[in-house]
Amino acid sequence: MSVRHAMLALLSEGPKYGLQLREEFEARTGEVWPLNVGQVYTTLQRLERDGMVESEGDSPDGPQKAYRITEAGHLELDTWLRTPPDLSSPPRDELVMKVLVALRVPGASVTEIIQAHRRYLVQLMQQWTHIKEDSSPADLNLGLAVDAELFRLDSVVRWLDAADARIKRAAADQRPSDANPMTADGNNQGEAGTAAEGRNQWPLPRSRTNVRTRR
Amino acid sequence: MSSPTMIELQQVSKTYGQGEAEVHALGEVSMTAIAGEMVAVMGPSGSGKSTLLTIAGTLEEPTTGEVLIAGQPVRAMSKRAKAQLRRRTIGYVFQDFNLLPGLTAAENVSLPLELDGTSARKARIAALKALDGLGLGNRDGHFPDQLSGGERQRVAIARAMVGERQLLLADEPSGALDTTNGEAVMRLLHNACKNGGMTAIVVTHDAQLASWADRVVFIRDGHITDQTIPAAGPESLLTTAERDQ
Repeated sequence: MSVRHAMLALLSEGPKYGLQLREEFEARTGEVWPLNVGQVYTTLQRLERDGMVESEGDSPDGPQKAYRITEAGHLELDTWLRTPPDLSSPPRDELVMKVLVALRVPGASVTEIIQAHRRYLVQLMQQWTHIKEDSSPADLNLGLAVDAELFRLDSVVRWLDAADARIKRAAADQRPSDANPMTADGNNQGEAGTAAEGRNQWPLPRSRTNVRTRR
Repeated sequence: MSSPTMIELQQVSKTYGQGEAEVHALGEVSMTAIAGEMVAVMGPSGSGKSTLLTIAGTLEEPTTGEVLIAGQPVRAMSKRAKAQLRRRTIGYVFQDFNLLPGLTAAENVSLPLELDGTSARKARIAALKALDGLGLGNRDGHFPDQLSGGERQRVAIARAMVGERQLLLADEPSGALDTTNGEAVMRLLHNACKNGGMTAIVVTHDAQLASWADRVVFIRDGHITDQTIPAAGPESLLTTAERDQ
């Protein structure tokens, strides 16, 4: 979430004060992303430094400054809205790493580990769904923000389901002579890595092991 | 006072076939659902979730174990008593709706009541009320092929809820619907439990749909392996960031 561009979007409607920007940001995002007021002023100072906004002096009711978007700010906002986020390289996903690591840990039940994560994610989804259920259908911002979270969490559950099935199938396909130490229920029974497996530290296809990841 | 148990499965097992062809679909499954509760059973294809539902709905006998509905053991019931239980107490919703194409929406909904001996007039009044409650008040005279997928599933839900049904069993009820219609179906089922006191067991492989349930039970290879635990209030998700006032 770019606070910088969210501030520009709010200022594109007209000049606003810092506290007003924080309140409107939270209202527009269905209060799903609470914002620290310090973040607002730091962001505004940087935007002013970069020529994206201008301050309009003190408020008649106090020392607050009103901020106004500049032409450069409008251009920056428009460019940001039309630019797809960088999804070209996979993120360094902690959950994916945990499952991959678990495959090599002696005695670790990958199935149980996957289920623990699945349960946690579904519980989170239940909480988001309750928020959606209790919200007014007219609150479009909240509905969209909650849907985004639900779809994001759902995609992780789907990956866990696919991983679970793939691991189960791999164990079932295993011939008795094979050296892989995993049993049909996803339990690792042997040492971490045989001589043959040792060439490839993580169970990724070799052509993908050097794939660039985002930090 | 806690709500009474509506349905209880006690160490239910189901085996199909014999010898080398023997398949263990369910293995000593125990679960309960109380009045007003919506439980989702989540698991991959072939995990036994549909078998669990058909046994819970008395459509199949378990190989071993017992099913109790409103405290009454199903195994001890006569065929006639079981048929009456299915007509009066249990409602079924399926992925492919199972509506009769030659009957209107109102006729599809009133049919189970008429089969149970309710007069055609009373059954029609109940059907129209059920359809109206699901936002289909102006669709009563339409045939299934004149309705959208979402409307057809709402007719199926009206049919499952009409009368004084207390237990609703749904097998992938929104599997054939898009996200918006699927969500609408789950919202209806949850409202029927929360506000109408019904008990619902919904089997699905879809986490977004399961998240409408009060409790999600996970099934794998015919065994219940886990379930969700009541989480902190949903408001905790909205107030996690520290604020400086």
